[in-house]
Amino acid sequence: MWCYKKLQGFVWSVLVLDKIKSIFNRRLVQALSLVGSNSYLQGFMQKTIYKGNTKGVCVPFLNCYSCPGARFSCPIGSLQAVLGKRNNYFSFYVIGFLVLMGILFGRFICGFLCPFGFVQDMIAKISKKKYKALKLFKYIKYINLVLLVILLPLFFTNSVGVGTPYFCKYVCPVGTLEGGIFLVAVNSALRNTIGFLYYYKVTMLIAILVSSVFIYRPFCKVLCPLGALYALFNRISLVNIKFEMYACVSCGKCEKTCQMDVVPFIDANNMECIRCGKCIKACPTKALSFNTNKKRKEKRDEQIIKIPE
Amino acid sequence: MNYKVFIVLVSISLIVIGVLSREVNVVLQKATRICLECIGVG
Repeated sequence: MWCYKKLQGFVWSVLVLDKIKSIFNRRLVQALSLVGSNSYLQGFMQKTIYKGNTKGVCVPFLNCYSCPGARFSCPIGSLQAVLGKRNNYFSFYVIGFLVLMGILFGRFICGFLCPFGFVQDMIAKISKKKYKALKLFKYIKYINLVLLVILLPLFFTNSVGVGTPYFCKYVCPVGTLEGGIFLVAVNSALRNTIGFLYYYKVTMLIAILVSSVFIYRPFCKVLCPLGALYALFNRISLVNIKFEMYACVSCGKCEKTCQMDVVPFIDANNMECIRCGKCIKACPTKALSFNTNKKRKEKRDEQIIKIPE
Repeated sequence: MNYKVFIVLVSISLIVIGVLSREVNVVLQKATRICLECIGVG
């Protein structure tokens, strides 16, 4: 128990979420994540990709390693690459990394760090009117994770025993957005080889980006296998949302604010919650908070007392 | 021991095993070449 408290304290001290909220906002953190993970500008100028040793290290979010600016690897692409390798049946490195990120942060990574989440957030600003995604569709991302990321690359191999990265090839719009469009536009050899698959993926990308105007983060809600994996850890991750029932006045503001269709006062750490913190901001009595910081609790208790009847 | 600490320790052990078994090289090999499937070409 002591060890757990120390670990949790360490994670919070690294994140300093209250300070992130006041000094940097979420948009800035997302923008820094996007720029930081794709900072190899020579890649864009030389029309190639980064080939340094840091490419052996995964980032905790979807970021295609075929983006000319990418300095690190995509964990989902890496997982498929390792599982698809001949005579490989398990990826200790990538699965260990994903479990570690899941237990530490859960879907906080989706809300604060994912570049494609950031792109969808920006597009979502076009229209305020948003539709809910059908609940049944939310299970597709789990099918993507099990089938396209794990089982098919593992067992559906070619004649020499090498698997294809099925999710990257048939679903993932990130590679098309970050690498495909640019590389095909500037490289005539690649341009000459494009066919149905390329047009299909560009169409898929456009469909996701357009639907982001009407549905908040459709890719994260419906298709993302990484979000599905982190969702499994969302209830037990060290970074989580605390709900103090005694402070709740059942105003429903948190539910109205949540764009991931979560009801925070019923299930604050729902598998769909991306820890964007909007419900925390909206709560008038501070019944929701990122941590159980004593100072924050005292501040909340003072505010509760000040609320007129 | 708290089960969360146990999961953290297991995940770190998996990473260490992965690094020692040179899985990083597989990731590096894949990531340093343009992945045609990923960009929608092949």
